[in-house]
Amino acid sequence: MNTQRAELIPRLAGFSALSFIAVITFGAFIALATKATKGFAFSQIITDTYLGQIITFTLWQATLSTVLSIGLAIPTARAFARQTSFPGRTTLLKLFALPLALPALVGVLAILGLWGKSGWINQLTGDLLDFSIFGLPGILIAHVFFNLPLATRLFLTSLERIPQENWRLASQLQMPPRSIFKFIEWPVLKAVLPGIFTLVFMLCLTSFTIVLTLGGGPASTTLEVAIYQSLRFDFDPGRAVTLALIQLAITVILLTVSFRFTKTLPDINSLKPTDPRPQTGTPVARIIDAVFIISAGCFVALPLLALVIDGLTSDLAKLLFLAAVWKAILTSFILALSAAILCLILCWAMLKAITDQNSSYAGLVSFASSAILVMPAIVLGSGWFILLLNFGDVFSFAPALVIIINALMALPFAHRILAPALAQAQHKHHRLTASLGISGWARWRLIDFPVLKKPLLLAFAFAMALSLGDLGVIALFGSEQITTLPLLLFKSLGSYRTHDAQGLALLLAIACLFILYAAEKVSSKKSTKC
Amino acid sequence: MLILDNLKYAYEQTRFDFSMQVEPGSFVAIIGPSGAGKSTLLDLIAGFIAPLSGSISFNNTLFSKLSPAERPVSMIFQENNLFTHLDVETNIALGISPTLKLSQADHTSITGALARVDLQGYGKRLPGELSGGERQRVALARALVRRKPLLLLDEPFASLGPALRSQMLALVKELHEEKNLTSLLVSHQPEDARSTASHTAFLANGRIDIYEATEKFFAIRDNKALNDYQGSS
Repeated sequence: MNTQRAELIPRLAGFSALSFIAVITFGAFIALATKATKGFAFSQIITDTYLGQIITFTLWQATLSTVLSIGLAIPTARAFARQTSFPGRTTLLKLFALPLALPALVGVLAILGLWGKSGWINQLTGDLLDFSIFGLPGILIAHVFFNLPLATRLFLTSLERIPQENWRLASQLQMPPRSIFKFIEWPVLKAVLPGIFTLVFMLCLTSFTIVLTLGGGPASTTLEVAIYQSLRFDFDPGRAVTLALIQLAITVILLTVSFRFTKTLPDINSLKPTDPRPQTGTPVARIIDAVFIISAGCFVALPLLALVIDGLTSDLAKLLFLAAVWKAILTSFILALSAAILCLILCWAMLKAITDQNSSYAGLVSFASSAILVMPAIVLGSGWFILLLNFGDVFSFAPALVIIINALMALPFAHRILAPALAQAQHKHHRLTASLGISGWARWRLIDFPVLKKPLLLAFAFAMALSLGDLGVIALFGSEQITTLPLLLFKSLGSYRTHDAQGLALLLAIACLFILYAAEKVSSKKSTKC
Repeated sequence: MLILDNLKYAYEQTRFDFSMQVEPGSFVAIIGPSGAGKSTLLDLIAGFIAPLSGSISFNNTLFSKLSPAERPVSMIFQENNLFTHLDVETNIALGISPTLKLSQADHTSITGALARVDLQGYGKRLPGELSGGERQRVALARALVRRKPLLLLDEPFASLGPALRSQMLALVKELHEEKNLTSLLVSHQPEDARSTASHTAFLANGRIDIYEATEKFFAIRDNKALNDYQGSS
């Protein structure tokens, strides 16, 4: 294009955003790497049995969680796909979107309400079962709670994309259910299986909050939780460095493997089947399907119900009169708002600098947006924690770091929402805006914002809800001065004020869902069709 | 005079090299097989793509280094000529001021332009409420208020039916004469050239193979590429 002058500003802005992300990421890495070379022996990794145990447990729990989630998701998705007129099917599928929208900590509280020591199940069975959730069982239950619905929706979307002609053909050929599975359903599932598997595995591998709250003891600790403990409890930065570098190595290896697979994943935004499938199957098959739908439904719905009931019966009124609660709410809100704004500015600046979708720069932007996947929040946080130890009080930098790292955590999601929308708008309007000379603020006000209001709002709400519910970074940097709602919740849980924790969890859940719901409503209120 | 001087450009495997001289006030139809570079030619003149070398000037003023908005050019595309979230009036107003700073006189000229394309009272409508032909007339109205001497039309009526297309062409021709424009029209239909254009250019293999007064152009019988294109032997 000939508009060198007009494009200088977006290019500069994009370059600044990229540099900012690079400084944050490499800053943490260099801090870890130099600390590691400074009189620290890597041979310790081999000789240290506890370290070996942590690595083994990290991988083991992630593998088990993934196998369980996916093993159950496949028959559940198939049941949903076959029983198209199952009562409450749409409601259940909407419910399956809920765990993803909830902060991990809220999910933990929901699970404790059902499976915990004084949860519904233990109350019903009395001392008969004497089931303790802490340790591996709790971690598995929580991971399945979050990932079974996700995997089910992903598999179901793929199954629903099977063209109508296949079903007509199947009925013409009188295919029995086994042949339908073998020739029609399994090929579709198989195509997305590697992508879904690696996605769920990565989520379980880097899940910090669940292991921190439900892990219980050194026997069931993952790398990320061990990093946190060595920084905040043992105050052993050297150990944290080793752990962080190992975690980094594992994520890098896994990401290079998974990058090939996750590209094929379907979009789960639409619930509507494109081609409704004729309802078929023998009575036995229907009963089996119903069992899967009902048990998966209960597995997801009952903890949520427990969360609501426990939350309502806790002393909400008392909580809302506590100054500490209000202070935490305000802190959370300010931090989350700032993180969401920063996230959108970074994403927008990088995307607007792309003029040609196929340029290598577009690839660089999508890589930079996913920096946090390579460098998990806890690793990033611990790098900066160690770096800032040289500059006095780490905790005085807390707000800035929490905002920045939370913004980077939301960046992959913001990029996924905004990049295609912006590319489409750009494709439609770039010649027109260039020929009319609409640029800068006028362009934002007249064209970009009105056209992209919906994806912008959604990305913003997503970023804000994510930061609002995050426990990882704030657990590292939190202090008496800077306490967010999740941190306050975590502390009440740690000091056995379970009722307070349940009340706070309900508040947090309501706040996050309200933000997402409001963004959805506002942005779809007046959609201009062309 | 619009002068294209060895305007070179490359896209994937195809190389383009355009030279031509157009008298002011001409109405030039550009025809040729797909891939010959018809739209590329207009995009180069409008400044949406930058040439590798060569220059473009109009009335002795070089403009190939200017941004699209600074060039003496208005362009109408086949589609997406309007911002669908903005009403007709605002879409036209953006042709006067890209920041929508409008004087009373500007409002008067918008109303006038709407009347000129027979869309009185359509100012507050959204493009989605208009037919395809009406949307292209709004784009024409915007071209009118921009007062640029060069009008580029990139198959603007290709998606309209035959009757509507000839009506629209007649309207364009009227405006062309009224405002003393120099117009370039890319078309897939040789009869558009015959009915409307004073001159016709035939593009083949990234070059302007023939540029002639329309009457002479359609008398040519000895150009193989043109014969292949027209399907006559």
